[in-house]
Amino acid sequence: MDKFTRLTAIAAPLNVANVDTDKIIPARFLKTIKRTGLGKSLFADMRYNEDGTEKPDFVLNQEKYRKAEILVAGDNFGCGSSREHAPWALLDFGIRCVIAPSFADIFFNNSFKNGILPIVLPPEQVAKLMDDAALGTNARLTVDLACQMVVRPNGEEIPFDVDPFRKYCLLNGLDDIGLTLAHESAIATYEAKIPAWQPKLR
Amino acid sequence: MARTLFDKIWDAHVVDRMEDGTCVLYIDRHLVHEVTSPQAFEGLRTAGRKVRRVENTIAVVDHNVPTDADRLKGINEPESKLQIETLEHNVAEFGVPYFPISDARQGIVHVIGPEQGISLPGMTIVCGDSHTSTHGALGALAFGIGTSEVEHVLATQTLLQKPAKNMLVRVDGTLPQGCTGKDIVLAVIGKIGTAGGTGHVIEFAGEAIRALDMAGRLTVCNMSIEAGARAGLIAPDEVTFAYIKGRPLAPQGADFDKAVAYWKTLPSDEGAVYDKVVVLDAAQITPQVTWGTNPEAVMPITGTVPNPADEPDEAKRAQMARMLSYMALEPGQKLAGTKVDVVFIGSCTNSRIEDLRAAAHVARGRHVADGVRALVVPGSGLVKKQAEDEGIAQILIEAGFEWREAGCSMCLGMNPDKLTPGQRCASTSNRNFEGRQGPGGRTHLLSPAMAAAAAVTGVLTDVRELV
Repeated sequence: MDKFTRLTAIAAPLNVANVDTDKIIPARFLKTIKRTGLGKSLFADMRYNEDGTEKPDFVLNQEKYRKAEILVAGDNFGCGSSREHAPWALLDFGIRCVIAPSFADIFFNNSFKNGILPIVLPPEQVAKLMDDAALGTNARLTVDLACQMVVRPNGEEIPFDVDPFRKYCLLNGLDDIGLTLAHESAIATYEAKIPAWQPKLR
Repeated sequence: MARTLFDKIWDAHVVDRMEDGTCVLYIDRHLVHEVTSPQAFEGLRTAGRKVRRVENTIAVVDHNVPTDADRLKGINEPESKLQIETLEHNVAEFGVPYFPISDARQGIVHVIGPEQGISLPGMTIVCGDSHTSTHGALGALAFGIGTSEVEHVLATQTLLQKPAKNMLVRVDGTLPQGCTGKDIVLAVIGKIGTAGGTGHVIEFAGEAIRALDMAGRLTVCNMSIEAGARAGLIAPDEVTFAYIKGRPLAPQGADFDKAVAYWKTLPSDEGAVYDKVVVLDAAQITPQVTWGTNPEAVMPITGTVPNPADEPDEAKRAQMARMLSYMALEPGQKLAGTKVDVVFIGSCTNSRIEDLRAAAHVARGRHVADGVRALVVPGSGLVKKQAEDEGIAQILIEAGFEWREAGCSMCLGMNPDKLTPGQRCASTSNRNFEGRQGPGGRTHLLSPAMAAAAAVTGVLTDVRELV
């Protein structure tokens, strides 16, 4: 997993509530055995016509947002399925940070596992950032994870909350499995106490 | 201190607790399918790790598999074929128990878990699939995870988690005739919204929940994710124990009695505190149908399509207009009488024997309307066989329904069963998102009896008029 420390980048505004994971990456693109290469299918049904040509109105098809690394979105972003293909597709496109008033739990969790920082801010703050994002290449947002601060193009600083453990993992690019294996003896102790009536599947 | 059902299961599975409250949570059952596991096994292989507990793990194919009778001759679609072959290679390499499509026990992962006795009260159960919440109906803490966490569970048999908040949804009273668990859960989502349960585990309780059979309870918990909840839970009781007894992978004999003694300690204590409480009166629930493109856009079949002009909030007004345009519905239009092209009875929400019986009860002596394609897709090979033995399959076949093999089928547009653009479908599945059942497809979620009613009339119909 790539580290996330400080990012200054173009932000794309996607002012829609309940952007579900079928919108982020429709199920027909999940038939892959890899994590990479999904960026071209990100938001496929919103982004492309049936013949595969781009819908010019969609935000990421506009020239100024093609290199966006931040997405400013509406309420309940990432609702629906548990598919990690959703953050994989965002990451493959180049998005490293999503800012919204709220997220669905599984998407929120999956993002951290892939070096994407999801930031929850009050609706009025998200509205300001949505306005900034509308300025396209004329305005860049800075997201500083260590300081837990989003900096607007006008210099205004907006603080955000982040779980300390997730922050630590993201800042250091740490993969959870290695950290959990440090608890190996506690896991083994737990397993020794599993009641004998609990059936084994093999 | 009085604890909830969720608190008790959580506490019993904490292996270790870190300073900031993050817990190493033990996982009793890990269900694996072909779509969300290939990258996880690849991760293990790259790191030289093993599956820590194959005895806690089971794999099955469901999302991608075709549901036609010829599927055992081979899968045509190359990407699906590769994903299925990859799973088969992985379970062989890592020694994971597996039900292939040639096995009568194959089926939708959330149908076979309870059916086989794999999912039991008090357990922690995970799967790389959001509808893992289904298993909560047995009184297990069951939730969907992403592929990174699938790898984490395979490698460590644990997850790093913080506890969710407790939410109680109590459904008092008696459900009217013609209504089911599906109508309860759609009504709940209509009331609390698609993010109403975010950050919470919902415990469903009350007289109307207690009165549901296990299939109805599985349906209710299945859709708790559509209310944004991390999981749904129903306290285990005699209905639960009777359901589990004798299932192949459940405890047997004296072990079953020991298990029941433990399971009886699980229900929430008197005086346990919930962070949020919602109460519904079952008597007020009517057969529900969704009209929009998320599950909270739901109303009684007797309702009329809302008018965006009546919505004061600008963003919601725009969203509603977008939904009506996508669904090709007019404000003020009655939902009943809306013509359907396809009827889908199946999915992890509603493909159990009880669901198929309810559909057959409506279909008996009637015929699928002209121009309607109606599919019945049993949730497992064993459900299919039971329905055939009971004569239900024959009733449905004679009524003109397609009788298919077990799989996720038309719930999610990943296998050959898909809507074509513009088609309108009465579906017993769980998501009515844009394009969910195939690009451009229009989904109305409803119960199996309501779906059968739509099939035989060709339009969305109040099933109470037919039974």
